Amino acid sequence: MIPAGAIDCDIHPAVPSVRDLLPHLEPYWREHVLRRGLERDNFETSAYPPAAPINARPDWKPPAGPPGGSLPAMQAHLLDPVRPAFAICNVIHGAQMIFSEDLSLALCRGINNWLAAEWLDRDDRLRASIVVPPHSPELAAEEIERLAGDRRFVQVLLLAMAEIPLGRRLMWPLYRAAERHGLPIGIHAGSTYRHPLSAGGWGSTYLEDYVSFAQGHAAALNSLLAEGVFQKFPDLRVVLIESGVTWLPASMWRFNKTWRGVRAEIPWLNRLPADIVRERVRLTAQPFDAPPDAASLTTILEQLGSESMLLFATDYPHWHYEGEAALPAGLPPDLVRKITLDNPLATYPRLQQETAR
Amino acid sequence: MNVALRDPRIDRPAQTHLGFIDCDVHPFFRTPADFDPFLSQRWREHRQSIGNRSRQGLARTSLYPRMSPGNGMRGDSWPKAGGPPGSDLGLMREQLLDLFDVRYGLLAPLVGGAAAERNVEFGAAMAVAVNEWQCAAFCDPEPRLKASVQITLEHEASALAEIERRAGDARFAQVNIPPRGLEPLGRHRYRRILAACAANGFPISLHLGGTSGHASTGGGWPSFYHEEHPSYVQSMQTLVTSLVCEGVLDEIPDLKVVMVEGGFAWLPALAWRLDKHWKRLKAEVPGLKRAPSEIIREHFWVTTQPMEEPERPEDMLRTIEWIGPERVMFSTDYPHWDQDDPRYAFKVPLPDDWARLVYRENAQALYRLD
Amino acid sequence: MAKHVVATVAEIPPGGRKIVTVRGREIGVFNVDGAFHALINRCPHQGAALCTGAIVSRLEAPVPGEYRLTRPGTMIRCPWHCWEFDIATGQSWCEPDDVKARTYNVSVEPGEALARGPFTAETVPVSVEQDYVVVEV
Repeated sequence: MIPAGAIDCDIHPAVPSVRDLLPHLEPYWREHVLRRGLERDNFETSAYPPAAPINARPDWKPPAGPPGGSLPAMQAHLLDPVRPAFAICNVIHGAQMIFSEDLSLALCRGINNWLAAEWLDRDDRLRASIVVPPHSPELAAEEIERLAGDRRFVQVLLLAMAEIPLGRRLMWPLYRAAERHGLPIGIHAGSTYRHPLSAGGWGSTYLEDYVSFAQGHAAALNSLLAEGVFQKFPDLRVVLIESGVTWLPASMWRFNKTWRGVRAEIPWLNRLPADIVRERVRLTAQPFDAPPDAASLTTILEQLGSESMLLFATDYPHWHYEGEAALPAGLPPDLVRKITLDNPLATYPRLQQETAR
Repeated sequence: MNVALRDPRIDRPAQTHLGFIDCDVHPFFRTPADFDPFLSQRWREHRQSIGNRSRQGLARTSLYPRMSPGNGMRGDSWPKAGGPPGSDLGLMREQLLDLFDVRYGLLAPLVGGAAAERNVEFGAAMAVAVNEWQCAAFCDPEPRLKASVQITLEHEASALAEIERRAGDARFAQVNIPPRGLEPLGRHRYRRILAACAANGFPISLHLGGTSGHASTGGGWPSFYHEEHPSYVQSMQTLVTSLVCEGVLDEIPDLKVVMVEGGFAWLPALAWRLDKHWKRLKAEVPGLKRAPSEIIREHFWVTTQPMEEPERPEDMLRTIEWIGPERVMFSTDYPHWDQDDPRYAFKVPLPDDWARLVYRENAQALYRLD
Repeated sequence: MAKHVVATVAEIPPGGRKIVTVRGREIGVFNVDGAFHALINRCPHQGAALCTGAIVSRLEAPVPGEYRLTRPGTMIRCPWHCWEFDIATGQSWCEPDDVKARTYNVSVEPGEALARGPFTAETVPVSVEQDYVVVEV
C-alpha cells in the first residue's frame, strides 16, 4: 500500500547505549563519560520507553538490543520491503534532557557523529535530523553550524515540550541558525519533562502522557505564532512530528478566534494564524488519530484546509499501524502522491540536492 | 484548496433562544468585604491582613492580564452605581436574565480564592463564605440563579464536609472543582471527593482557569495572554484523559462532569486519540474497560462559550454531532469580555431538536431543574 | 436613502461621538480629527453595541518587540470581544476585506441650507446660525 519511492519523514534509530557513542565523542568527553560510568546507561527517556507496546511493533523488534537499534534489522523490516526513496532519522535520546548544558551538547554531538558514521554512511537512503541541546539555544546553534555542511542532515530536532515554550526569544539563536541553512525545525512529540504535561499536574500512566503529547504540539505552535517566530524568520519552516494530526483544526479555529480579540497584545502577528500555519507548518501523518468513519475523515481533511500539509511517515519502529496500512484508508491517489512525495520534497529541499559531505 | 470565507449572519439570529438555561454566569462581590458577614473573626482578620495566597507571584490579579479592564469584563457591564461587573443583580437581570427570559442561570463564582488557597483552613472558610454569599446575594433574591458548591480540592476533610452540608439544598446545582489542581483529577487523592459529589447528586463543574503552580503548558510558561487563554483547553484535556484512564467513571458511575468555558471543538479528536492509543497500551490501564470515547459520551458535558468559530460555519454541526447534541449546553459567560450573545453565538442554524437540547433540555435533565 | 440631521457640529468635538437612532437603527457618529464618520452601532460578530466601545489607536509592530502606536483615535474597539474597526471605513483590523461594520455617509451642512430642506430633521431642531452633522440612511 505504501508506494515505492515514498519519503518516510519519521523513523527512529535507537542508540543502544552510551557505550556506542564513545568512539564519536571528543577525547575529553569520552574520558569524562567513562569516569562517571555513563557508558553503562542508554539514557532511556520517560517520553519513549523503548519496550512499551506503542513504541515497539512486534515484527519490528531486532534479534537483540532496543527496537531501532540495528541497521540490518531496519533494512530488513522497512527499507528493503517498503523501498522509500529517503527516510529521515529522528533520534529521541536523553541527551536532550540533561541539565548540564555542556554535557548535553557533548552527547548530542556524539549522537550526530554516530548517526553519520553508523547510519548515513552505510545506507544512502537515510537522512537525519540534527540532535541539539534544546535548553541551550546558543550551543544548539553551534551544533547546527558544525553539521550544516553535511547535506544529509535535513532538519533540526526538538521535542515539543522543553523548559520554555519553543517560540520564546531565548530560543531564537537556534532558529536563526536553522533558517540560515535552510533547515526546517522538526518538533517531535514528547517532553523533556521539565514540567508536568499541563497545568493539571503529573498523571499516572504512559497512556495519559502519550495522549497528552498532542497538547504539547498545540502549545508549541501557539508559542511560535504568538512570539512572531514566523515573522522574525520568514524562511523558517516547522514540521510537527508524530503529533496525531486531527487535533489541529480545532486549535487553528481557537488561534484565529483568540487572535481577533487579543491581537493588540502581539501586534507583529498581523495575519490570521491559520493562514500562517498552512503556509509554514507541516505535519507527519503517523500516528493519524482518525475518526471512526470515512465521512468524518473527509471532513477533517477539509478542515486542515491544505493538501500540502501532510508528510508521510512510518514512525518505525513505533506501532501505529499493521502491515502496510500506514495511511488512512480511502485517500485519493493524488493526495497520497502529495503526502508521500511532493510535500516531503517541498519541505526538505536538501533531499533533492547532491549530498556532498 | 481554498477555505470558505466566514459569513457572520448578524442580521439573522440563528434561532429563537428565549427561555434558555445559561450554564455559566459569573457573580462578583462589590468589595471583598462582602464575604466578611460569613467569616469568623479570625478569618475576617486574616483576609484583611494576609489575604488570599495561591501558587503564583501576583496575589490579586493574573500574571496574564486580560485585554479588558476588570480582569476581562465586557465593557458595557459596569454598574453605574459602582462595583465590578457581575456584582449588581439589577444589571444582571437587565442585561441577561430578563433580557433573554432566562429560565435558570448556573453561577460560577470565580471569587474568594478558596480552591487555590495555600492556607487550606482559610480556603475552607472562604469556600463556606462564598457558598453562603451566593445564596444571600444572588440565589435567595433571584431564584432563577443556582449556586455552585465551592470546595477546597486539596483539603479532603473540609471538601467532604461542605459537600455534605449543601447536599439536598436545591439552591445548589453542582460542585465547582478547579481544572488545575496539584494532580490530575483522576488521581487517587481526589477519589473520595468525586465519590461524594456523585453520591449527593451533584454534577461536578470544572470551570476553566485556576492556578496550580504548574506551568500553564507542558512546555513551560507562555509569554502572552494569547497563549494562556488556549492553554486552559490543555488543562481540560488533561482532566478528561486522567478521569478516563484512571477508570474513575466506571468506579463512580454516577459521576457527571461538566467542562465549562473550555470550548469543545477539541473534544472529538481527543476521544479518537484516546481510543487509538488505548488499544495499544491496554495492559497498562486495566481499570479502563471500555473505549474512552464511550465513556466520554456518557459522562462529560460541555458548555458552548466561548463559541467555537470553525472557518466553515457548517462544521459546527459536525462538531456537535461528534460530541453528541445531548452533551452540549448553552452558556453566555456573562459578564466576561468573550461572552456569547444567545442570538448570534451560533453562526449556523441548529436543527430545532438540537436547539431545544442545547438551549434548555440538556441542562434541565442534568441539573434536574423544573 | 434619505438625509437625517443627527447633531450640531458643536455637540461632537474631535475625539467625541454621539449615538443616534435613525429609521430604527442605532448609529454612532464620530468626530475623528475634525472629520465625521458614522458606523452602525452593531458589531458584525455578535451584535454588541460597537460604537460604545473604546476609541483607540492602531497598535502595530513590524517585528516582534518593536511597538508602534499609530493613527491615534482612529479605531473603535468592540466592548465585548475587542475586535478593532477603522472608524472611517468600518473595516476590521483583522480581516479588512471580509469583516466590516456598516458605514454611512456623513456630511456637515449649514443650518441655513437645512432650513430650506428637503432634509429630514427628526430629533434635532435646526437653526440657521449653526452647522449640523447629516447622516444618509
